[in-house]
Amino acid sequence: MKNATPPPIPKPGGAPVKNAVSVRALDVTLDGTHVLRGVDLAASTGEWVNIIGPNGAGKTTLLRALLGLVSFDGEITIDGLSDRRRSSRARKVAYVPQTPVIPPGMLVADYVLLGRTPHRGVFAAETANDRKIAAEVLTRLDLGGFGERTVQSLSGGERQRAVMGRALAQQADLLLLDEPTTALDLGHQQDVLELVDALRRERGLTVIATLHDLTLAARYGDRIAILAQGRVAETGPPADVLTVQNIAEYFGASVRIVDDPDGPVIVPTAGAGRDPVAQNGDQP
Amino acid sequence: MSDQPAGRADVVLQASGLRPGPLAAGLAAAVIAVLAGLTIGPVDIAAHRVALQLLDGLPGVTIDSGLSDAHAAIVEQIRLPRVALGLLVGATLSVSGATYQGAFRNPLADPYLLGIAAGAGLGATIAITSNLGDGAGVLDPVPLAAFAGALISVTVSYVAGHLGGRSTASLILAGIAVASFLTACQTYVLQANSDAFRQIFAWILGRIATSGWSEPALMLPYFLVTVAVVLRYRRALDVLAVGDEEAAALGLEPRRVRMIVVLAASLGAAAAVSVSGLIGFVGIIVPHTVRLAFGTSNRLVLPLSVLFGGAFMVLADLAARTALAPAELPIGVVTAFLGAPFFVLVLRTSRREIW
Ligand SMILES: Nc1ncnc2c1ncn2[C@@H]1O[C@H](COP(=O)(O)OP(=O)(O)O)[C@@H](O)[C@H]1O
Ligand SMILES: [Mg+2]
Repeated sequence: MKNATPPPIPKPGGAPVKNAVSVRALDVTLDGTHVLRGVDLAASTGEWVNIIGPNGAGKTTLLRALLGLVSFDGEITIDGLSDRRRSSRARKVAYVPQTPVIPPGMLVADYVLLGRTPHRGVFAAETANDRKIAAEVLTRLDLGGFGERTVQSLSGGERQRAVMGRALAQQADLLLLDEPTTALDLGHQQDVLELVDALRRERGLTVIATLHDLTLAARYGDRIAILAQGRVAETGPPADVLTVQNIAEYFGASVRIVDDPDGPVIVPTAGAGRDPVAQNGDQP
Repeated sequence: MSDQPAGRADVVLQASGLRPGPLAAGLAAAVIAVLAGLTIGPVDIAAHRVALQLLDGLPGVTIDSGLSDAHAAIVEQIRLPRVALGLLVGATLSVSGATYQGAFRNPLADPYLLGIAAGAGLGATIAITSNLGDGAGVLDPVPLAAFAGALISVTVSYVAGHLGGRSTASLILAGIAVASFLTACQTYVLQANSDAFRQIFAWILGRIATSGWSEPALMLPYFLVTVAVVLRYRRALDVLAVGDEEAAALGLEPRRVRMIVVLAASLGAAAAVSVSGLIGFVGIIVPHTVRLAFGTSNRLVLPLSVLFGGAFMVLADLAARTALAPAELPIGVVTAFLGAPFFVLVLRTSRREIW
């Protein structure tokens, strides 16, 4: 997959692109805490938007709102979704949670097949087609021989891929990833994000992900939104959003930014202003 | 994510389910337990004659089993109803326990988690101490009061648990609070009527006792409803294993599923408790043994709990009535006495991670 050359994404600006998701004036209050305040966000079909922001900013809550897991004020529109049934939504939106629940004793094959739940219905057995899709997903994720293992017995990276496999088996148009790389080493981080990117190009998936690694967020996203204290503080192309000032302001971090052909590289510094390269990043 | 050898995606992927092997094992266990229950007793009757006698009882079949009329009567009128009740009670308590464990994602959950035992105990205690008369069978006030007490306590636990935040933890805590309260009430009633102590204690320890077919007939509809509902939801319970939030993201309505299966399991458990008293341990030991032996998917745990639970109870009852014959041990004592060491053995030998 790494050596495959994916076709380019259709450039925005040509034909008007439909919004796969749009969020307007989203307010969420959890147990008296005003977690999201007037969030506006949109992602066009096939776009990859990364949401970054400090811990507690409300990233997970935003994804949960998109999944219909929390009650909210405001408006969330998901392309092609008209009724409010959970099963309809689950056919449109797939989710990789930040800390997935690993069911004791469940086999990887059964776990990935859970992704077919919204298609088969709660009472029906999975069809041959469901099994075929799950098998393809497992192969695609390099988990081909793991079907009979328990999810518990997998390593961190294998587990993360199994969770990803369950989401991919849903065959939804919109993929929500909550810190999908946190448990992974660098190689596996890349593998997972490359896979998502490849699938996005093949199937026109729309991806909304939260990521802590800003360099990865810049490399894999079309657009970045900074969420801070429940508001969207900045949104735009990675190079515009990932500035030294923004990172200082919203993350309280001192960094310098190295321009690389593949996008900005964010390097933490021990103290601000000591390295002349930091000046480059200051003026994008 | 290296290149895959071509054709790997064609590998057939199997979902967990009730395979013929485990199903045959469960059926064999049930058949052996039934034959043992019908054969062994103060008079030993040959198993093949018992089998023939049973076949003879089927509509349209006439076989001479070679049993004397007296022995045939022992098999058909004394042992058969008792074995049938053991099967129904054991199967219901086991499948209810398996359901509770799945619905609450808690290995320690048993059918008494939401106060069924305490509620039934209080109901039975009130019925016994207030001498409501002793109508037999359907009109016997003790099981009726126990049944009412069990259902009331589950309902109160459910409502209180939902008021307390709708999480499974709040539901379990509500069940514990309700159970403690009802047990305190029961203790109070007991203190005030110490002459009824023995009778109440005997009820609490449980028994598989029958007077003809009225008890199994009473139990049968509840067994059928519980098993039908719970088995229908076996796949939903597997989805629920990833927790409410992820299950909801997969299109399930977790709280609705939990409410339906828990109420169905509670109904069966309440009926079992009201005919047989508080038989402990079955609801935990049988489902876990099935998980250790065959796997954790509810698609196999639920149906196999029905078969193995029924078999276990029939064998436990056999031990209860033969170990100190002619005296009978309380069945609750036997289930724990036989069940605990067996379970430790299974735990030691199984290499499966079940929880
Ligand atoms: N169920 C809840 N009740 C109350 N506050 C919550 C709840 N869930 C999250 N929060 C609060 O909402 C804020 C945002 O949380 P979250 O969306 O998880 O942030 P992030 O994913 O960006 O780290 C945090 O301050 C958190 O404490
Ligand atoms: Mg988060």
